[in-house]
Amino acid sequence: MSLEIWTYSIVGLSFLLYIGIAIWSKAGTTKEFYVAGGGVNPIVNGMATAADWMSAASFLSMAGLISFMGYGGAQYLMGWTGGYVLLALLLAPYLRKFGKFTVPDFIGDRYYSKESRLIALICAIFVSFTYVVGQMKGVGVAFARFLNVPFDTGVLIGIGIVFFYAVLGGMKGITYTQVAQFCVLIFAFTVPAIFISIQMTGNPIPQVGFGGTVDGGAYLLDKLDQLSTDLGFDLYTATDPGNTVNLFFITAALMLGTAGLPHVIVRFFTVPRVRDARLSAGYALLFIAILYTTAPAVAAFARTNLLTTVKNADYSEMPVWFKNWENTGLISFDDKNNDGRIRYVADAQNNELTIDRDIIVLANPEIANLPAWVIALVVAGGLAAALSTAAGLLLVISTSISHDLLKKHIAPDINEKGELRAARLAIAIAVIAAGLAGLNPPGFVAQVVALAFGLAASSFFPAIILGIFDKRMNKQGANSGMVIGILFTTVYIIYFKPQLGGPGTAEGYWFGIAPEGIGTLGALINFVIAIVVSRMTPPPPGEVQELTESIRYPRG
Amino acid sequence: MGGTKANYWKKNIRILIVLLTIWFLSSFGAAILFAEELNTIRLGGFKLGFWFAQQGSIYIFIILIFVYVRLMNRLDKDFGVDEK
Repeated sequence: MSLEIWTYSIVGLSFLLYIGIAIWSKAGTTKEFYVAGGGVNPIVNGMATAADWMSAASFLSMAGLISFMGYGGAQYLMGWTGGYVLLALLLAPYLRKFGKFTVPDFIGDRYYSKESRLIALICAIFVSFTYVVGQMKGVGVAFARFLNVPFDTGVLIGIGIVFFYAVLGGMKGITYTQVAQFCVLIFAFTVPAIFISIQMTGNPIPQVGFGGTVDGGAYLLDKLDQLSTDLGFDLYTATDPGNTVNLFFITAALMLGTAGLPHVIVRFFTVPRVRDARLSAGYALLFIAILYTTAPAVAAFARTNLLTTVKNADYSEMPVWFKNWENTGLISFDDKNNDGRIRYVADAQNNELTIDRDIIVLANPEIANLPAWVIALVVAGGLAAALSTAAGLLLVISTSISHDLLKKHIAPDINEKGELRAARLAIAIAVIAAGLAGLNPPGFVAQVVALAFGLAASSFFPAIILGIFDKRMNKQGANSGMVIGILFTTVYIIYFKPQLGGPGTAEGYWFGIAPEGIGTLGALINFVIAIVVSRMTPPPPGEVQELTESIRYPRG
Repeated sequence: MGGTKANYWKKNIRILIVLLTIWFLSSFGAAILFAEELNTIRLGGFKLGFWFAQQGSIYIFIILIFVYVRLMNRLDKDFGVDEK
């Protein structure tokens, strides 16, 4: 069978599976629609959270990024996993005890004010929407590249699938499709990694092969360091002392952002008990870690393979995959000195080879000569990652509108049936809006994702933590903390992102902190302002203090 | 019933402080602040700081959550606030 038939079959089968699950798990009540009925098994929720969390970027781009960054890639690896420790220890169990449907629910009740709820609501929609546009774009790209479907049609197919199971099943449908999507994506990511690890190091476990030896008996990482320095690049494994502060702040911002992202937090409202919320966070991280500990190994294998292949090689001797990817424009060779040899070096003036980072995961199966079905599987995996994340984000947008805005602000006496209908309508509109934005993504989508993390870190994270751990925290404190945290972070990011029209340059960074890391400082500012203001204003009313007390104990 | 709710909360906070200290030391400590020094030590084919940055910290994160689950389940039971 040809690659194309394999891809059509595997992607088609996976889509049928998602649709079948959606029909089986139709939601009948708002509780099912918002939190899947609240009775999800912790392991099931762990898988759904993992699929929810791992986006097209984790699946397709992260290993490539690490491959080109070396040691510094740790900011993504630790940043996007370490947040789960915060989530498990500081947020999930207490929010589960609180037991409502959304993050703005908690903020609104705990800070007894409509303004707090409104701030949280706007943040939740903004964060989720910017994120979902990128997923939709990812779906279009995957279709265009592998199924020879035009980009627009690809996005439309993606919208159709998500529309079907999100509108029908709400959180319930999303949860169970995400379990299937997790299995598809994790299988698709690890199978090629295992084959490559065996080929290069003789060890089937990529995490072990990563530290193993290659043919000559030298350690893989030592060989990679040697190859890198030969070509004028920095050592793959070495730290960059000039970047320590920045690395620290970016890692922290990604961790705090992870713990504050509403689509991740709401997943913990779906399990039956507080102890399940704790356990479920553990399973979620375990499932996420399968990909996150494999990715750096894949990055090192691919980098070694690539450097060995192209180092001082004749262009005419390049393998088939090189030519294939050249046709897509993701690899380009410009023979500056016309000697027919490839010079891939750190120095931009003499470098003749340009490689798009995204090809690391995509081209890996070809580089390792794996059969066509494995490549098809990778495509299905990338689509699963994009669709599962998109669905989780869309649900946050729809609940924010039907529950937080409509039910709590505009029409409090709406009945159950009306609210469910409104929720379906809201998610339908959200899916279409996200799809349209995905068709014409503004050029700055990738830049806005930094803003999404920065905002989650500087608004939700401190407000929720203080709401649980500081009984004295009142609405004045929380609101001023959130507003100033958000303003500071947004202004800094826009000012220092030329893609967003900001005039700032890297020389002007405060303490050398890039915009991606400023959420950490935004969160700190939020904490300080909130505590100071709350101590100068009246304490929260008695029943709110009782609420704060009650969420601290699993029972009673 | 093994004690008051205030005591339960105090013990809970103590568990959090210990576990979050380990969380901080394994990620921000070993993988970032002290990575350069640790890189002089080797763990098989890995430099130790690099290993913490791209592998070790993640394993420690997982262990921390499961240890937390155990400790809290026990604490809940001791203080009679566990869910039935």
